[in-house]
Amino acid sequence: MQQEFKQSIDKALHNANLTGALGKFSEAYKVNRAKAYEGIDFEELRGIIATLKSYAASHLVELSEQFQKNAEARGAKVFRTNDPAKVREYILKVAQDNGVKSIVKSKSMATEEIHLNPYLEKAGIEVNETDLGEWIIQLAGQTPSHMVMPAIHMTKEEVADIFSKEVDERLSSDIPRLVKVARNELRPKFLRADMGISGGNIAVAETGSITLVTNEGNARLVTSLPKIHIALVGIEKLVAHFSDIAPILKALPRSATAQLLTSYVSIITGPTPNSDGSMKELHIILMDNHRSEMAADPMFKEAMQCIRCASCLNVCPIFRLVGGHVFGKVYTGGIGTILTAWYDELQSSEYIQGLCIQCGACKDVCPAKIDIPGMIMEIRRRLVKKQGVPLLQKSIYAVVNNRRVFHGMLRAASVAGKPFSKGTKFIRHLPMFLADLTDGRSLPAIAAKPFRDVFKTIDQPKNLQEKAVFYGGCLIDFAYPEMGEALVKILNKAGIEVLFPEDQTCCGAPARYNGAYEVAAQNARDNIEALLAEQATYVVSACPTCTVALNHEFITTFESLGQSNIMPRARELAAKTVDFSTLVKKLIDEGRLTLKDGQHLGKITYHDSCHLKRTLHAEQAPRQLLQQAGYELSEMFECDTCCGMGGSYSLKLPEISAPILQRKLKNIKDTGAPLVAMDCPGCVMQIRGGMDQDGAPVRVQHTAELIAAQLKD
Amino acid sequence: MFEQFKTRAEGVSAEVHRFATNAEALDFLVGFLRAEGVADQSGQYGVFADCPFLATIDRRQLEEVVGLWFEVTRDRAAGAKIGISQMDWALADTGTLVQDATAVDKRLVSTLPTIHVALIATSGLRPDMPTLLGEARPDNAGYLAMITGPSRTADIERVLTIGVHGPERLVIVFVDQLGGTN
Repeated sequence: MQQEFKQSIDKALHNANLTGALGKFSEAYKVNRAKAYEGIDFEELRGIIATLKSYAASHLVELSEQFQKNAEARGAKVFRTNDPAKVREYILKVAQDNGVKSIVKSKSMATEEIHLNPYLEKAGIEVNETDLGEWIIQLAGQTPSHMVMPAIHMTKEEVADIFSKEVDERLSSDIPRLVKVARNELRPKFLRADMGISGGNIAVAETGSITLVTNEGNARLVTSLPKIHIALVGIEKLVAHFSDIAPILKALPRSATAQLLTSYVSIITGPTPNSDGSMKELHIILMDNHRSEMAADPMFKEAMQCIRCASCLNVCPIFRLVGGHVFGKVYTGGIGTILTAWYDELQSSEYIQGLCIQCGACKDVCPAKIDIPGMIMEIRRRLVKKQGVPLLQKSIYAVVNNRRVFHGMLRAASVAGKPFSKGTKFIRHLPMFLADLTDGRSLPAIAAKPFRDVFKTIDQPKNLQEKAVFYGGCLIDFAYPEMGEALVKILNKAGIEVLFPEDQTCCGAPARYNGAYEVAAQNARDNIEALLAEQATYVVSACPTCTVALNHEFITTFESLGQSNIMPRARELAAKTVDFSTLVKKLIDEGRLTLKDGQHLGKITYHDSCHLKRTLHAEQAPRQLLQQAGYELSEMFECDTCCGMGGSYSLKLPEISAPILQRKLKNIKDTGAPLVAMDCPGCVMQIRGGMDQDGAPVRVQHTAELIAAQLKD
Repeated sequence: MFEQFKTRAEGVSAEVHRFATNAEALDFLVGFLRAEGVADQSGQYGVFADCPFLATIDRRQLEEVVGLWFEVTRDRAAGAKIGISQMDWALADTGTLVQDATAVDKRLVSTLPTIHVALIATSGLRPDMPTLLGEARPDNAGYLAMITGPSRTADIERVLTIGVHGPERLVIVFVDQLGGTN
């Protein structure tokens, strides 16, 4: 399976059509989405949606009963079940009881989830998908690669080939012509169908209504022409009130396809007359299939808020490279990983959860305010809990946590550049680990002296009143001590003495991001003890990943493990922790630090590190600092898209990390700036290494180094 | 609100007209049906779903148009080039038309033909969806239909293409005399 998974990634990466189509789409999507949301307070809107959907997720039984009662009062038949098999049987029975020969369907992910089509077809019933994308993949014998745009992975040439076979005529790849062919082919199928099957975007308990959102008009035909209509609705689509439709309809089209509203929205309440004067038979199936278990799990309840817009796919730097099929057969992308782990089983997400680089781009745009990366981390944690951490990883953590040994080994590896002598597992594996590291980028030379030793040689001014504890983190300590020196110089200038507690250790991010929460919790405890031992106003870090660990993730790690006794100390540390740029900006604003006047330092571009922008929301501080110093800021395209580093991600999935880096390098070079700044030593390692192999004359620097050079004497 | 509606609706490829009187709207309709070549043959029919507008005008002018039907059947709607119906509300902020489409003929004429002509009283304008949902309760409407521009898809290579299963043209006709001004 591991082998198969890697092969599917490889296949996707080498599919130029796929990466081209997805790449173009994701670029346009960001711009169009922003335009569609113009004049709308997105935070307010998603707060409203999160609240109403969260309420529904807490009242599933009540709302299901209410829905059933109200829909039945209007003449609909409502069937509620937990079991996909029962759904299939129910639909088949309705079909057989009514002598149904032919079915038309509008798009429904729930029917994909229960593999309905092959089941009905096996029973001798003709099933036709009518959404253009769904029809294309039905004819091609494929599964959807995207929740909203099922055939986004296919080119017009491929579609032309498929349609040509269907109509037995050689068709060109002219898109309007292909769409006409679909209209003409599907029209008679609509007219002769004796059953229509739809999904449901929203189910309103208060009125027993279902809402269908489409662009093509197929759902209108599916629900109007055949005499029987079956709507299959997952219970996560329930909302309490009719008025809840409005905020969802405000966000869904904007987030899904950057439209203000889709061409058609239908709100169906009870059966309506058929064209021959008879009344339609309307069946609504409310399907659970593990959804209420998900709602009952405090770590995953939030996933019930999903309105299925797929914006998490559209902004994902991984999805745009590999597409949906790598994720599996039904739900794809970020939210798909979570849904697969629940609707199918945890084990099914074993490999796909590893695709997430934890950049947080999806969390930023989610109209239902779902912490998708957070949940993927929790899946990782549960998988590791169930299966244990792979042995190799475990031995790496053992070494990483021992700072002296870690530095010694890295240093030895980079200097000697040859395999270690046989010893621990880690040593035996290190050469391979390093080989991956240098795939597409150069490895940083490991500093001869780690920062912890350099620090002792720094002569700080005496009698400084205020103190700050510096949390170094692996990369600054071992690879880039000069960043630490820059930080000390700047803070000293502002009258702050810097302390560097020797007992600080790894921030736990590598362990946490690999699901080894126990290891991460131990790291957290060790660091809390070391960093709070000193009396200081601030704990400052020049690595956003470390900063996030100190002020967010220590707490969530303890929460996940139910370790509450340490919580007050964790909160104390969190309250003191600040990232480099935010602190320095504050010191300048307070007049405690002054930059040289009238500098013209030329053009610079800035790369947003994921954690700095999306967790710490500190993207403005470094930009302002650099501009105040005299740099002329020239923003690059997709400045806040991940560089592909993602900690150990670039080791586990280098084949995905490398093309993400290449995009980033291109975007940097396209600005024409000879210098790119960023606030994360991990990004520096990735991008500097990439530039080195690329050969472009672009300097890659941490903001701290650039600011340290511009202090007024 | 009308101007905002017009901008939004035209932004999604709808055509928007406005007339002061029912008679002027009728003249427009007759002219439009003739210009589009409505005739008594499949593919060229016109179908008109029953609506309040029809009660306000002298039908004879319309009855002279050969191929225009007022009794809407599935077959006639499927063979129609033009479908005409009256909508109940219009949402200014998205350029959306809303109709209580419980009667199936209203849906047939607005979905199956190539062109949908939508009549709407100017007084039916509402600022937005929340306002509408406060008014258009489902208690007596089994099928609330919202239409925003013609049928569209971008399922092949994300290229926007108009007219998949529904109409490829949506012609919106505001009539002030049908009720109030906005």
